[in-house]
Parts: sequence; C-alpha cells; structure tokens
Amino acid sequence: MAAINIDHYLLLSAVLFCIGVAGVLFRRNAIVIFMCIELMLNSVNLLLTSFSNQHNDPSGQIFVFFIMAVAAAEVAVGLAILVMIYRNAKSVDIDFFNKLKE
Amino acid sequence: MNTIVILSVTGIAAMMSDVFKLKKALFGLSLLGLLIALVFSVYDWGQYATYFNQMVLTDNYAVVFTTMLIGITFLWFLMSKDFFSSHSSASEHYALILFSLTGGVMMTNFSDLTILFLGLEILSIALYILAGSDKGNLFSNEASLKYFMIGSFATGFLLFGIALIYGATSSFNLQEISAYVQQHNGSLPMYFYAGILMILTGLTFKVSAVPFHFWAPDVYDGSPTLVTTYMLSVVKMAAFAALYRLFIYCFAPVYEFWIPVFAIMSAVTMLLGNITAVYQKSLKRMLAYSSIAHAGYMLMALASPGGTSRSALMFYLLAYAISTLGVFNVLYQVHKVTGREEIKSVKGLFRKNPFAAIMLTLCMLSMAGIPPVAGFFGKYYMFVSTLNGGLTWLVLIAVLSSLIGVYFYFKVIIAAFQEPELENTAYYRQPSDLTVLYICGILSLLLGILPQFVAGLL
Repeated sequence: MAAINIDHYLLLSAVLFCIGVAGVLFRRNAIVIFMCIELMLNSVNLLLTSFSNQHNDPSGQIFVFFIMAVAAAEVAVGLAILVMIYRNAKSVDIDFFNKLKE
Repeated sequence: MNTIVILSVTGIAAMMSDVFKLKKALFGLSLLGLLIALVFSVYDWGQYATYFNQMVLTDNYAVVFTTMLIGITFLWFLMSKDFFSSHSSASEHYALILFSLTGGVMMTNFSDLTILFLGLEILSIALYILAGSDKGNLFSNEASLKYFMIGSFATGFLLFGIALIYGATSSFNLQEISAYVQQHNGSLPMYFYAGILMILTGLTFKVSAVPFHFWAPDVYDGSPTLVTTYMLSVVKMAAFAALYRLFIYCFAPVYEFWIPVFAIMSAVTMLLGNITAVYQKSLKRMLAYSSIAHAGYMLMALASPGGTSRSALMFYLLAYAISTLGVFNVLYQVHKVTGREEIKSVKGLFRKNPFAAIMLTLCMLSMAGIPPVAGFFGKYYMFVSTLNGGLTWLVLIAVLSSLIGVYFYFKVIIAAFQEPELENTAYYRQPSDLTVLYICGILSLLLGILPQFVAGLL
C-alpha cells in the first residue's frame, strides 16, 4: 500500500470543501447552511495543517488558530442574526427570504 | 501602524462609553479619534516601514488609501448623526463602524495573507451586524442574513486559496511568495494557480463583480440607507485596495494567468450593472446596480496592471466614494421625510433648495463621468491606463456602457429639476442636514478642475 502523502490530504480537503459548497448551494435550512460553511472552513484547517507539516513550518498551524477564532466569532454573529430573524418571521427557511427580489 | 492602533482604541473607548456615562460625548469623541488617526496616517507619508514581523507594511500606497478611508468615514459620520441617536444601543453602533474601519485599514496595509484575512473579517463581521441594525424590519433582516451567508461563503474560498498558495510557496508573506514565484515560474504546481483563482473568487465576491454580484442589490437595498452608504464607499474602497495590492505585490510574476480573467469580468460587470440599473424605479436599488457597474470600471485597473493603473484606481475610487456620499445624503433625507426611495421622490428639490439640486447634479455627473467633475477624470485616467495596457476592446465596451449609464443618471437630475408631486417635500427645511452634500459636490468639482494634484500622489 502506498504511503499517505500530501496529495491524499489535498484530495480529502478538496472533497470536504466541495461537500460544504454543495451544501451551501442546495440546502434550504439556514442552520444547515451554517454547518456547511463551517465544513468549508474546517477543510481549510486540515489543508493548512498538512501543508504546515509537509513544509516543517509552524506558521500554517498558527493560521489555523486565527481561522478557528474568526469562525467562532462568525458563528456567534450568524446565530444572533438567525434568532433575530426567527423572532420576526418564525422561520429559518431561506426560501422565505425573497422579499427584496420583487 | 499607529493609525490601526488609534482606530481600534477609539472603537474600544466607544464600546466602553456606556460604562463611563460618556454617551453624550461619543459623537465628538469618535470624530476626534478619526481626526487623530488621519493626522497619523498622513504623517506616515514617504516612509517604507514594516511592523509586526513584516506582517504590516506602510508605504505610500497604503498611506493614500488609509487616508482616503478615514476621510470618507469622517464625512459619513457627519451625515449620520441621527443614525446613532435613533437607536438605543448607540455606543455599539459607533464601535462597530470604527472596528470595521480598522479592518479596512488593515486590508490596505497588509503585507501578509494573515492580515488580509483578519482585516477582511474584522471589516465584514461588524457589517453583518450593522446591515441588520434595523431589527424589526424584515428587509433589513434579510439583507443581514444574505450578507452574512455570502460573506462567509466567500471567506471560505479566500481561505482555501490562501491555504493552496501556502502549500505551493510555504509562506504567507507577500514579498516571500512573490520572490518564490519569480524563482520557480513555470515549475509551480497546478494547485498554486487554483489558489490564485480561489482568492480571486473570494475577493471579487466582496467587490460585487459579475458573476459574484447576485447578493449585492438585495443587501444594498435592504440595509438601512446609511449602512448602505458605508458599504458602497468605504467597503468597496478597502476591498479594491486589498485586491489590487495583493495581485500587484504578490502575483505580478504570473500576470499572464490572471489578466484575462479580470478583463472579461470587468467587461461583463460594467455592461450588466449599467443595463440592469436602467430598469430600476427605486433610487436606492438603481444606485446598488450602478455600484456594480462602477466595480467593473475599477476592475479595469487589474486588467491592465502596471503603468498608471494604480493612480487611476485611486482617483476613480475617491471620485466614486465622494459622489456616493453626496447622493446618499439626499436619498437619506428624502427617505426620512417621505418614507420612499424612488427616483421621483427627489422631484421638487430645485424648487425648494436650488443650491442642493446643483450639488446633487454635480455628484450625479461625477458618477456618470461627464466633465468637468471628478468622475470624468476617474474614467479618463482609467481608460488611458487600459489603452496603454493594450486592451482596446475593453475600453470600447467601457465607453459604450458609460453611455447607457448617462441615461439613468440623468433621470435623477431631471427629476430634481421638475415640479414637486407631493406637498410633503420638507426635506430641505434644515439646511444643515445636507452639509455633506455640499461638501461632496464642491469636492467633486475641485477634483474635476484640479485632478493632477491628487492623481499625482501615486
């Protein structure tokens, strides 16, 4: 069996990223969309860590911490927005939000 | 660097002001903070200094854009005093605006992809909240949710791109990446180019270029008018400054790869933005589409980098931001009195306040790009630099789409000079409400008469 090298990690994170993108594009529930965005960010974390290991350079892993912190902040804001919307509309289905389109 | 520190300290002070019962002085305090930051930013002129382990680089490019960002925010504050007083949580709004400006300044000063990412997020997260600051209004809620989703989606692309670039070059530093690319040009792995494309996608989402523009009209239309003004002027400026800096400082050695992408994007963006704007009845939505079209003209600087494209982009952004502030000042007052944002709502402006109507005309002419105002020279410099870059077809498309633009900008001017339809056109009662309009009109005219002083800076 061939050793696991950087290409495998690259492929795995690309697949994870694509699952995230597909979820954002095709799912209709706002919470599921948030989860898919998190999946996209986490695939980046995986990629950065494996590149960091390959290059023997810690800065990639430091970047992962920044991404984690920012993702946490983003989710906090996003959930607050969702709560605000749920209070007004009693729904988190994004098909409901096409009022501006007409 | 001092600018970033001062702006964040001002933001934190604004956030804390509730505790220290300083709420009344908050407006003055924020303006003072902005002025000090402005002075420090200008003071950095002519220096070439790196801070924070080469993560922040202050050069003349950064200084010019930082100064412009702070100056525009200052003008924005002058016209938005009642945005803050009408909310119970005024201090948070001050803090959010100041934080997002800090993010914008980081995006113009970055010399490391980490700072680009952090600046973009600081800028955006504050704006997700501000877009929804009209909590009871479903339109504002919708704008906030869309902006948030599209913003974090685009961040995902940007980050994946950064990770791929890091994988190919083993560095986040712009100089090091540039040097590495120069050295290994031709033998770079495929995923390096995929990384460039993904970063390009992530950032063009932010500047609302076609095909990543679909969120922009809804978000700009649904957000509170003053927040939209901020997005159109400051955010667009910061995003373009970052995009240009990244591609010129970092990916210049492989320019054959990304120039065609920007050229096609630019052509499609300006055509689609201008054509769609023609059909809009709402002034706010029309300005949202026109902002997409303007993004197309600004992308011309990236389609023909080098030469004078840098000063052309700077001048175009300045002219556009100033005229946007002026037009939105009128729109905001109209909305406050009539509750509507249609083009015909500005009817009767000349009758009640001729000077304001003339200033609005100057701002509109500047957007349309008609001499002798600033916007004309913005387009002129941009076209000349693109012609020097050899993209004649792009300039032809740009001229054609400008002609379409003239039509809908003149609709507003004509409406301003018509007789009023309704009697409740009292929005000119307090002349001080339109101070920023006067400042912007006069600035547009001055920049149009003496463009070489500003354009010669870079």
